[in-house]
Amino acid sequence: MGLRKIVDNVKPTFSEGGKLGFLASFFDAIETFLFVPNTTTKKGAHIRDCNDLKRTMTMVILALLPAFLFGCFNTGIQVGLEGFAALIYGLVRVLPMVAVSYIVGLGIEIVYAQIRKEEVAEGYLVTGLLIPMIMPVSTPLWMVALGVAFSVIFGKEVFGGTGMNIFNPALVARAFVFFAFTPQMSGEKVWFSDWKMMGAADATTGATALEQLATKGEMQWSVMDAFLGFIPGSFGETSTLCILLGGAFLLYTGVASWRTMLSVFVGGLATGYLFQALGVTDFPAYYHLLVGGFAFGAVFMATDPVTSAQTNLGKYIVGFMTGALAVMVRVVNPAYPEGMMLAILFMNALAPTVDYFVVEANVNRRKNRVKTVK
Amino acid sequence: MSNLKNLTGPLSSNNPVIVQILGICSALAVTVKMEPAFVMGLSVMVVTAFSNLVMSLLRNGIPSRIRIIVQLVVIAALVIIVDQFLKAFVYDVSKQLSVYVGLIITNCIIMGRVEAYALGNKPWDSFLDGIGNGLGYAAILLIVAFFRELFGSGTLFNVRIIPESWYIANGGFYSNVGIMLFPPMALIIVGVIIWVHRSFNKDLQEK
Repeated sequence: MGLRKIVDNVKPTFSEGGKLGFLASFFDAIETFLFVPNTTTKKGAHIRDCNDLKRTMTMVILALLPAFLFGCFNTGIQVGLEGFAALIYGLVRVLPMVAVSYIVGLGIEIVYAQIRKEEVAEGYLVTGLLIPMIMPVSTPLWMVALGVAFSVIFGKEVFGGTGMNIFNPALVARAFVFFAFTPQMSGEKVWFSDWKMMGAADATTGATALEQLATKGEMQWSVMDAFLGFIPGSFGETSTLCILLGGAFLLYTGVASWRTMLSVFVGGLATGYLFQALGVTDFPAYYHLLVGGFAFGAVFMATDPVTSAQTNLGKYIVGFMTGALAVMVRVVNPAYPEGMMLAILFMNALAPTVDYFVVEANVNRRKNRVKTVK
Repeated sequence: MSNLKNLTGPLSSNNPVIVQILGICSALAVTVKMEPAFVMGLSVMVVTAFSNLVMSLLRNGIPSRIRIIVQLVVIAALVIIVDQFLKAFVYDVSKQLSVYVGLIITNCIIMGRVEAYALGNKPWDSFLDGIGNGLGYAAILLIVAFFRELFGSGTLFNVRIIPESWYIANGGFYSNVGIMLFPPMALIIVGVIIWVHRSFNKDLQEK
């Protein structure tokens, strides 16, 4: 164990009182990343499983992988490449975005951990991967950096860091970039990579499936293409199949709540069919689940255990309203073809209120039970 | 010179916007550009100063149960004078400020200072207090407007700071931060100013 020795050798330098003691949290973060900590709980904790934040986050990263790899592949496909070349093109295009996201985000987290003398929390591992996945591939890197900085400082650290945030940090980053640089985040050009290498077609443009549905009521792709993900869109969100694979993994490992996930889909479908019955839209309601960020948001964002509702009934309510609101924004508001981001952020804000009323109702029910017994 | 404290206190340790949290609404509404923010700050300063002066002169002659209505008459008269003055001399800015000049009447700083200070103090002290609070308000407006105009439009006082050639449309890499033009971002900037201010003034921090 050569690495263990190196880490042990430099440990005193980074500990309290050592020469580089002010970097203690940073060292601790690296050490925890390399080795499982050997410290154990000393007081009477009720342990059912050795599940911790790190393992939860690792599970989500694993669940994101299919959508991530397919996103890379699709980035190449959309500029006219095929097979392995498409995947390589996508990886080369997207990895700088991921790197920028992690460097800026973790940099700020480490600085905050040092100031507060806390350990660096693992929360950013998932957020850092989610942020590039919900942005168009052609987003300039400095905009990604600015969005990440805004989201980590104002979406997370001002509330007290990992686990204290009201809004989903990845969506805060996207909302910031969306409203700050609207021309680079919507329209026809941004969904295609503009890098000319490996024989990519130049200056491909075209509306996303979502925009076509909003303006014309139909799209140029088949339902199967939309389900598999061969459509333009934000880099990680196009393939409903890969997202569902990730979702199934999250449900199997028990990381995400099936109540939230299911009720978002039910809410979206119900509202879609309602609008269809009213004659507001022409296309079938299930299209909503296949195009845009609906599936991605439902599986990876609405289920965020920090910002979603905490009570079981609350999860059903918040999930249903998220799906319903997303479809409503898509159908009724012509200014925003995509409503998932706004719907999730809005319901994040309402989730504590919903929880409050669920808990109050439960308290009242039990009070009444006491009365009848007397 | 104990009078001097009336003037300098509201600039930092007792600032009306970032310590007393008054007048936030107009601080969000008129700070898209430096120029309207500057004119607005000046107008509010004039109104606060003279309403303080007038109310301080009248303070011993007004029965307390009708004092609010007297204050409103005085403040409203001053605001109308300011509004007419702006229309006559800086018509463009007056257009940009639109209803917000008229709404100075409802600015909590003015009524707050009259109630809290002018009704119990001598005219000269009250006048300085009004000037000080107006300056404190104007200072915050200018700081907020500085960031909003620089990053939202690339200009300061309508003079271009960020070169045209940097923009994506002209082959560069830069783009204006559009969210700076929205009021929510102004609120966040005010929040950041309060954050920075309190980390330097530890006695203001709540326990």
